[in-house]
Amino acid sequence: MNRQALLCIALAAAVAVLPYVGVYPIFAMKVMCYALFACAFNLLLGYTGLLSFGHAAFLGSAAYAAGHALKVWGLPPELGLVFGAACATLLGLAFGLLAIRRSGIYFAMITLALAQMVYFFFLQAPFTGGEDGLQQVPRGMLFGLVDLRSDLALYYLVMAVFAAGCFLVWRIVHSPFGQVLKAIRENEPRAVSLGYDVDAYKLLAFVLSAGLAGLAGATKTLVFVSATLSDATWQMSGLVILMTLIGGLGTLTGPVVGAFIVVLLENKVGDFGMAAARLTGLDWFQRLGESVTIVTGLIFVVCVMAFRRGIVGELLAWRGRRRAA
Amino acid sequence: MTLRSLCAAATAAGLAATAPALHAQGISDDVIRIGFITDMSSVYSDLDGPAGVQAIRMAIADAGGEIAGKKIELLFADHQNKADIASARAREWFDQQRLDMLVGGTNSGTSLAMAAVAAEKKRPFIAIGAGASDLTNAQCSPYTVHYAYDTVALARGTGSAVVKDGGKSWFFLTADYAFGHALERDTANVVKQAGGEVKGQVRAPLGASDFSSFLLQAQSSGAQILGLANAGGDTINSVKAANEFGVTPAMKIAGLLVFINDVHSLGLQATQGMYLTDGWYWDQSDAARAWAAKFETAVGRKPSMVQAADYSAAAFYLNAVKATGTDDADTVMKWMKSNRIDDFFTSGGYVREDGRMVHDMYLMQVKTPAESKGPWDYYKVVATLPGEEVYTKLSESTCKLVKK
Amino acid sequence: MTTVFGIPIQALLGQLLLGLVNGSFYAVLSLGLAVIFGLLNVINFAHGALYMLGAFAAWMGYAYLGLNYWAMLLLAPLAVGAAGIVIERLLLRHLYRLDHLYGLLLTFGLTLLIEGLMRSFYGVSGQPYSAPEALRGATNLGFMVLPNYRAWVVAASVTVCLATWFVIERTRLGALLRAATENARLVESFGVNVPLMVTLTYGFGVALAGFAGVLAAPVLQISPLMGSNLIIVVFAVVVIGGMGSILGAILTGLGLGVVEGLTKVFWPEASSTVVFIVMAIVLLLRPAGLFGREK
Repeated sequence: MNRQALLCIALAAAVAVLPYVGVYPIFAMKVMCYALFACAFNLLLGYTGLLSFGHAAFLGSAAYAAGHALKVWGLPPELGLVFGAACATLLGLAFGLLAIRRSGIYFAMITLALAQMVYFFFLQAPFTGGEDGLQQVPRGMLFGLVDLRSDLALYYLVMAVFAAGCFLVWRIVHSPFGQVLKAIRENEPRAVSLGYDVDAYKLLAFVLSAGLAGLAGATKTLVFVSATLSDATWQMSGLVILMTLIGGLGTLTGPVVGAFIVVLLENKVGDFGMAAARLTGLDWFQRLGESVTIVTGLIFVVCVMAFRRGIVGELLAWRGRRRAA
Repeated sequence: MTLRSLCAAATAAGLAATAPALHAQGISDDVIRIGFITDMSSVYSDLDGPAGVQAIRMAIADAGGEIAGKKIELLFADHQNKADIASARAREWFDQQRLDMLVGGTNSGTSLAMAAVAAEKKRPFIAIGAGASDLTNAQCSPYTVHYAYDTVALARGTGSAVVKDGGKSWFFLTADYAFGHALERDTANVVKQAGGEVKGQVRAPLGASDFSSFLLQAQSSGAQILGLANAGGDTINSVKAANEFGVTPAMKIAGLLVFINDVHSLGLQATQGMYLTDGWYWDQSDAARAWAAKFETAVGRKPSMVQAADYSAAAFYLNAVKATGTDDADTVMKWMKSNRIDDFFTSGGYVREDGRMVHDMYLMQVKTPAESKGPWDYYKVVATLPGEEVYTKLSESTCKLVKK
Repeated sequence: MTTVFGIPIQALLGQLLLGLVNGSFYAVLSLGLAVIFGLLNVINFAHGALYMLGAFAAWMGYAYLGLNYWAMLLLAPLAVGAAGIVIERLLLRHLYRLDHLYGLLLTFGLTLLIEGLMRSFYGVSGQPYSAPEALRGATNLGFMVLPNYRAWVVAASVTVCLATWFVIERTRLGALLRAATENARLVESFGVNVPLMVTLTYGFGVALAGFAGVLAAPVLQISPLMGSNLIIVVFAVVVIGGMGSILGAILTGLGLGVVEGLTKVFWPEASSTVVFIVMAIVLLLRPAGLFGREK
């Protein structure tokens, strides 16, 4: 077996034992859901070169769809996940058909505006519970056998979904389809001149990305047994861009790293701020700690200005330089 | 290059500083641990926020910092108005930090999520900042206490009392989402029952920045009272526009979810004469004034009802622990549901079987600039609304704990 | 009383006028965005945050320096424009050689930063600000009572928009700007300092946002969040009008304000989404926008 496959198996084993070494399962599951979301987003931005500013619409719609299916229709969790992802895929198709006609900045703006429309719909629609959100979604029995109310059981399901999603992204990237996507990202006119129906490829990439993002959203509903409006806001769209950017655009592991950092940030920035305040004696760090927005904005600016390749990107470049030396 | 290394170093440092928290061991249970999750930095942070943390700290300090030798500890976090952050934090604290009691801050979605987690983990949850009446109805639990107020009480209080005060014909400006609809519906029912009439309503999208056209429609209805079935920024912008378009002297505004912070930021010029219902006002009694002065020394401004309730609820819980000698959830819940609360917040308030803390509410009217003697001197109490009348009656409750 | 679809004509006229008022805000903001996009090819996500800073500057000028509205009407846009120049010089400039998306991401990060900082210092409830003495009160137009301040908003915005359009489309400076959009190198070889022009253009576009902020200060509660949701609507406006078209931005802004106003009368619940619906329709029929050219 080659090195990459061995590395993957080792990583999978490591993740599998995390709950037993004291890592809080809910935290790890949250990271995996967001990592899948970021991987799906990266498929579109890193590999096809399309910046979608409305990906939260897919996360949110799948979250609500799955929540509704599980709570109101009583579907088993595996069908709930499939239903959620399917809804996101359909929404992706609708968005894609409208947005693909334009590219670059225009594409980003259109996806943003469409996502905002979807947000307003969720705000008013009764089935979402509006501001209260969809609460107390039953986790159910997986395949009628495994009770998912146990955090541990759910952990392995989420791990499996995450692994499957990552594998799918890897397979897409390392396929003729993926090569065409990369060609489109590098030089679209040339791809057109080579005879590829660029719009169709872009649309398919968009739909796949939306579907996977939806899978992440549906899984998140299972983890938190709730779906709320914050899943569909433009701030969430911005957050997934940040995850991909920090981690490394166009790398396979980058989004995972980025998701880990951002979730850590969201949960721990208050503690970090207090620690820094105590360390330096400057009370201002306490205030910084109270605002995830400031820290997020700061990281965004710093990443775009100086750290464009992201953590994994920089690591790969550093490794490349060492090999060349 | 330097900037990049700096970033890398900072990230590593940050991760290192927080890594231990990932592997927290269980802490011994000789500590009474209170958790508080609220909006610290976003839209509701003025109402509760860091000042709410201070209020609870004051309660702990006033209880002596310990009970029967067991130290009292306070954990607090910012949920950023995201239910998943709130519920994840709550779970983590219950599972890993042996949290004994959770206090819920502003935002109904997060409180509902936290209530569900607390019910699952069988620990007391006191919802203070949120207004969702669902907490004691469809989503009630034996471990939830809804302390300070809820939207039904506000709607009923304002509706009936304003009609009694002479405001018989109403027009509603409603935020177009579930919460706004519920506020409007509850108030409209009460208005009609009290003998008033509803001349019309208009639904404005949530977060609309410009209310002028909706206010024109209100003006042309000829109603006496403009009922604002919205909250926060929407309320503030509608009041401002109402003043600008001359709606106000002719129509009186009844704010259905207004807090003293909103009045403070709008100013008395714009809000004078407005009706609103509140659960507590710093100037309502000597005890309230005394406590508010202490709060002002610590925080720098007068407390809102939510912040006062934070202190009162924390003190009530600590009294329960002291009286029963344990922090066992079921024992404490039983004590809380069988004893009255008598402090600066309320005298004679009590917790019902559905978790609702029933206490008197007050119909306030905002003073004119001439009547006000200083900052935060904003309200005059028009009527006291007995708790039994304004809160959802047990007979109407959809809570499964209520025996009918 | 004559009615149109059940709404009395007087009420309709009133709503149309109010729609025009809102439209003027959209016009000024989308004009700034269009100017910046036209020359720099950057979507300035920070436009909303800078609009908010303009409003705050007006309040701060009054609260800290005792300056009145009229002084701030001049000073706040200058202050915000200066901030814009600093942003462009320090940050944006280095991103031109890269994919345009990075400019968008940078300005997005700046938005979060600016809003977070303002929220951290000033809270979210907002600051009160009243209209200047000369513009208080209202005029009875027969079919409605229009606050004088709102009439002023329309007048000021339309004047500024027309002046900007005139400079860009009818003067030599504007011709240079437009030429630099097409081919910067060539214009530089004529001896024109293109980088300076770019910096000043960004500063000007941003100053327009600040100006809109000052106009908005007496009308809306000045809060750190006032720009957030507005900016997305303005983006939709710019997409509908056709990015980079100056006249398109102005006319679409005004037009959409009116459309929104009409929606508030006939179908109020949809008034926040109508702009996006229009955008979706326009995109289906004319992907380049109403006034845009296919690039």
